[in-house]
Amino acid sequence: MGAAAMTFALETRALRKSFGALAVASDIDFRLERGARHALIGPNGAGKTTFVNLVTGALRPSSGAILLGGEDVTALPQAQRVKRGLARTFQINTLFRGLSVIENVCLAIGERLGVAGDLYRPAGSRRDVVESAYAMLERLGLADDAPRRVRELPYGRQRLVELAVALGLDPKVLLLDEPAAGVPSSETGTIIEVIEKLPADLALLIIEHDMDLIFRLARRITVLVQGAVLIEGSPQEISRDPRVREVYLGEQAHT
Amino acid sequence: MTSEAVAQSRGAAAVEALSRRHRLRLIELLPWLAAAAAFFLFPDYLPLGAQILVNILFALSLDLILGYAGIVTLGHAAFFGVGAYTAGLLAAHGWGEPISGLVVAGLVASIVGLASGAIILRTSGLTLLMLTLMIAVMLQEAANKAGSVTGGADGLQGMKVWPVLGLFHFDLFGRTAYLYCVAVVFLGWLAARRLVHSPFGRTLTGIRESEARMHAIGSPVFRRRLTIYTIAAGMAGIAGALLAQTTQFVGLEVLSFERSGTILIMLIIGGVGRLYGAFLGVPLFMIAQDRFAQIDPVYWDFWIGLLLLLVVIFARGGILGLYEALTRRWARRP
Repeated sequence: MGAAAMTFALETRALRKSFGALAVASDIDFRLERGARHALIGPNGAGKTTFVNLVTGALRPSSGAILLGGEDVTALPQAQRVKRGLARTFQINTLFRGLSVIENVCLAIGERLGVAGDLYRPAGSRRDVVESAYAMLERLGLADDAPRRVRELPYGRQRLVELAVALGLDPKVLLLDEPAAGVPSSETGTIIEVIEKLPADLALLIIEHDMDLIFRLARRITVLVQGAVLIEGSPQEISRDPRVREVYLGEQAHT
Repeated sequence: MTSEAVAQSRGAAAVEALSRRHRLRLIELLPWLAAAAAFFLFPDYLPLGAQILVNILFALSLDLILGYAGIVTLGHAAFFGVGAYTAGLLAAHGWGEPISGLVVAGLVASIVGLASGAIILRTSGLTLLMLTLMIAVMLQEAANKAGSVTGGADGLQGMKVWPVLGLFHFDLFGRTAYLYCVAVVFLGWLAARRLVHSPFGRTLTGIRESEARMHAIGSPVFRRRLTIYTIAAGMAGIAGALLAQTTQFVGLEVLSFERSGTILIMLIIGGVGRLYGAFLGVPLFMIAQDRFAQIDPVYWDFWIGLLLLLVVIFARGGILGLYEALTRRWARRP
């Protein structure tokens, strides 16, 4: 029990990725606790999306280690990390655009339940998959859109489908890559509400530009600058820190 | 009804629609009615009919990898040819039993599919396209060089195919050959239909729609693609074997780039990724080819080209795509 309490939902140790002489991630030590509401911020080109891609396995690190629930997953492919409870959403909608909303979620649930490799039984006869997909859509207020093709939905609704697909994996760690990107400000509230209602034991890492959203959702913030961690702290500490103001908040104030 | 109730009923309808999608609709039996009718209406055209059926099975196998998994290939004839030579060599060397010949041909072709797929499916885009082409070209050259076995450019001679089930002799009018093809293609269609409606088949569509997302939901994308590539190779091999057994001849042409390309064109004309594109595109193309060749023996290629051009410009999803667009427009009218 004591040992379990010591492990983190997600941990990176001296994580480094370089392309030639350019280090896009340099020695990132990062820890995400169970039930965390953690934000990763930083100016454009700070390496936030690179960090997400390293953690999910879309990119191979040059050195360092990634641990999920205390287990080293650095050498594992993406699919194996997902099986261990890691899910992500994308900054730009990455959905099955030609399929219905409910089928988008069905695909994720089918993979989680391990039925997706079935060559014989009709997919639609898996009532458990279809019904839990529908329950997920109801939870996010998307039930009405269930039969519509994703590409027919407004962008803001598609952002919710992004979340629904990731949540269909029932993750322990969820990486949200700019969940409100491209959403009109009038609809950001819906997305914040959905995120606020996520299970308390889910470890959440939010990569975001929108400071309102960060201060509403995050209890810890890590600031990334030029591929390295500048500082980590509570929202108050971060907003008071002069270095952060200089590299990040100051830049925001100008725009 | 309150708006909530409407939403609920719409959602419930979506769940219902999804669980019903795999059920057989009457219109899906249309190709088989047509195949049966053709047997009685056009007794003189049964050999052409058998060729059409062979190509339907071949195009169906291509649709599984191209239309569903999104793997573009210019070398699908590799597996067709391997199947044809396997069945041909068996029948030329004393084993003319047709059904076991088909099974062996399908197995050999799927092994070639598995082995080549394990290498080339690690690539994508143009590299993958070129590799599919190269494998077919290499196999054709190998068949050409191994003339003592395959007959080389003269083709494989001396096939003796036994009666189907020991009862039905292959006759001069091609009746047995036609019905044998109908039966085999019917089984192939049943299998393909099962496959595309299965959870596995849906993940293939997912890979076509967004490979990045499939990785992100934990799908073993490479394994899924390799699986369908192997299955499709086997099905193409059975199609090739069917051609070999019904014509009692195998030429180098079964491995040719032209065959790979033509089947792609037939499928595109019918409609890709819709299971029934093969059933429309292949007969249309082959009957048009047959007609044009009689009307205009010199320039029939031009008319085929024109047909393809029209499809690409006016019906991007092939005939089935056009049909879907028209029915959608019709449904929107008050």
